[in-house]
Amino acid sequence: MTPTDSPSAESTPVASRPVASEPVEPGADRPGTSEPGASAAVIELTDVRKIYRSGLFEVAALRGVSLSIQEGEYVAITGPSGSGKSTLMHILGCLDVPTSGLYRLAGEDVGGMSEDQLAEVRNRRIGFVFQQFNLLPSMTAWRNVELPLCYAGGPRSERRQRAVDALADVGLADRVEHRPAELSGGQQQRVAVARALVTNPSLILADEPTGNLDSASTEDVLGLFRRLHDVGRTIVLITHEAEVAAAADRVLQVRDGVVTADSGPAARTARSARKVRA
Amino acid sequence: MSWAEIIRTGLEAVRSHRLRSGLTMLGILIGVAAVILTVGLGEGAQDKVRGQINALGSNLLIVAPGSTTTNGVRGGFGSASTLTRADADALRSTIVAPDIRAVAPTTSRSAALAAGSASWTASVVGTTPDWLSVRARDIGTGRFISGQDVADHAAVTVLAATTAEELFGARDPVGQPVTVSGVPMTVIGTLTAAGSSANTNEDDQAIVPITTAADRITGGVSRNSVQDIYLEATSGHTLSAAYQEADYELLARHRITTPTAADFSITSQQSILSTATSVDRTLTVLLAGVAGISLLVGGIGVMNIMLVSVTERIREIGLRKALGASPRVIRRQFLVEASVLGLAGGLLGTALGLAGAAILPHLISDPISISPTATVGSIVIAVAIGVAFGVYPATRAARLAPIEALRSE
Repeated sequence: MTPTDSPSAESTPVASRPVASEPVEPGADRPGTSEPGASAAVIELTDVRKIYRSGLFEVAALRGVSLSIQEGEYVAITGPSGSGKSTLMHILGCLDVPTSGLYRLAGEDVGGMSEDQLAEVRNRRIGFVFQQFNLLPSMTAWRNVELPLCYAGGPRSERRQRAVDALADVGLADRVEHRPAELSGGQQQRVAVARALVTNPSLILADEPTGNLDSASTEDVLGLFRRLHDVGRTIVLITHEAEVAAAADRVLQVRDGVVTADSGPAARTARSARKVRA
Repeated sequence: MSWAEIIRTGLEAVRSHRLRSGLTMLGILIGVAAVILTVGLGEGAQDKVRGQINALGSNLLIVAPGSTTTNGVRGGFGSASTLTRADADALRSTIVAPDIRAVAPTTSRSAALAAGSASWTASVVGTTPDWLSVRARDIGTGRFISGQDVADHAAVTVLAATTAEELFGARDPVGQPVTVSGVPMTVIGTLTAAGSSANTNEDDQAIVPITTAADRITGGVSRNSVQDIYLEATSGHTLSAAYQEADYELLARHRITTPTAADFSITSQQSILSTATSVDRTLTVLLAGVAGISLLVGGIGVMNIMLVSVTERIREIGLRKALGASPRVIRRQFLVEASVLGLAGGLLGTALGLAGAAILPHLISDPISISPTATVGSIVIAVAIGVAFGVYPATRAARLAPIEALRSE
């Protein structure tokens, strides 16, 4: 996958926008041309607010978040419960839309999209990993991994091959025909990671991926994320655990609906510069 | 997502909840089987009645005596026999009634028959040679009564199958003597079996020349009156012409000027048929309506289960949406599931209905004739019910917000 063919990606240079929170390298608005060294902003949030209404009460879950995540970054978003990090995750994952503000995912303005378009963006751009794994119990591992490909379309034989390849990528080549109930928690989460990878998305969005795992499996999954990062994947990890957040290169602290601390893209190491895109 | 893919997903969901799917189908299944069987029973009953009435003979008109008016008091139908053999003879004229091919006046009374030591009571029918063709009967052995027998007032009789069997057993009755109401006669032939209708046993009769019956069995003042005159039209097309000719001639003969005061009535086989079958049809519609309601209840069952299914699979729906399923795809998936349940229930119900139609006639004596319209129709309705009652749950599923769905435990 190489995004993007959307004209909106070209229309507004990110750097010209006044509230860009990060200095952006030239060519950042062209995520499709990911030459080594030249980064593209996968995520661009500009003054994003989210207000929930229930009856007479209004709850501001996000109160003006601006941030930018470049291609190939490994970012942890952390904060206590009620801080708004889940809301942020939902907006980043296109599961919810901001009340105000601008969100560009791989150059595309997500704000004005219909539900159908959002579904397509989620399918193409985002690979989700959930705390509860969310595998379908009646399906074998490869069928679970194949699921997002079913929604994208394409010949069955090719889909199966890609699903099997993705399982091999996460080290489960010998568990292709197993059902979730026959796998350990760590293995189930690895199947979920394979499912997130299989569409070759712009962004892997992991919501408390280790929340239901023991420490050995946590190590296992975090190791897997590290390997994916090494091959150039963009990973955003939402967690409330400091040690899990520490596994990422860059940590964003969210509190009371705003980003209170950002270790900054400077944390990008030589490792991420070596990235090789598939 | 292609339709093939959606259908595959829907089938998988149905298969992965076997017990629930089976129970849901049961409602539709019973409904469809009930529709097929009740309509089949109704059609079977109609066919049976139609068969019985057709067995009376084809292109048949029956002239029955009507009421007489005595001293200004009108008697009921059948209170006196106003038809005579002379009426029948008049209708036999090809000038008066060119569209009537055969005329068979009949008299009938129950009488004791005896042959040797065997005795038996049967209905003794006095008639003319035309009776055989008018009533569509066949001679088994020997011959039927002839015009000469009628002219001669001959003491001969033709026995129907049951009567012959009762009097003579396995022996050939032709040429044997028999006494009818004490009158010695000779058996000249037998009739083949015709089966029994609702009112009379067609196989328990002794046919004698009408003249013989008048003289020696009926006797008395009413000897020349007849009970019925059976008329056979030359073809189905001339039936109404034959009716008019008979009506006109009999009115003239009886000197009746106002047709409403007629002392006879003419019914056609067709009118008997439509009366008899319309009763059955009403019953069929009623029963099929009840069965249809059970089909509807089955449909509500499908909706109920689909709604439960949506609630229960809220996480799955959320996940599918997160992975890129558009609301349209989710809606289609649930619609396909509902219609698969409807279709499977419909097909299984048809199988059950057909099996029932094959077995039931052996247990109850009524015939069941399977109506292809009802069969195909109820399968179509079963699927339509699945789709119709699937729309609401499917829409609910499609509308779920992915986060709400994913959050639920």
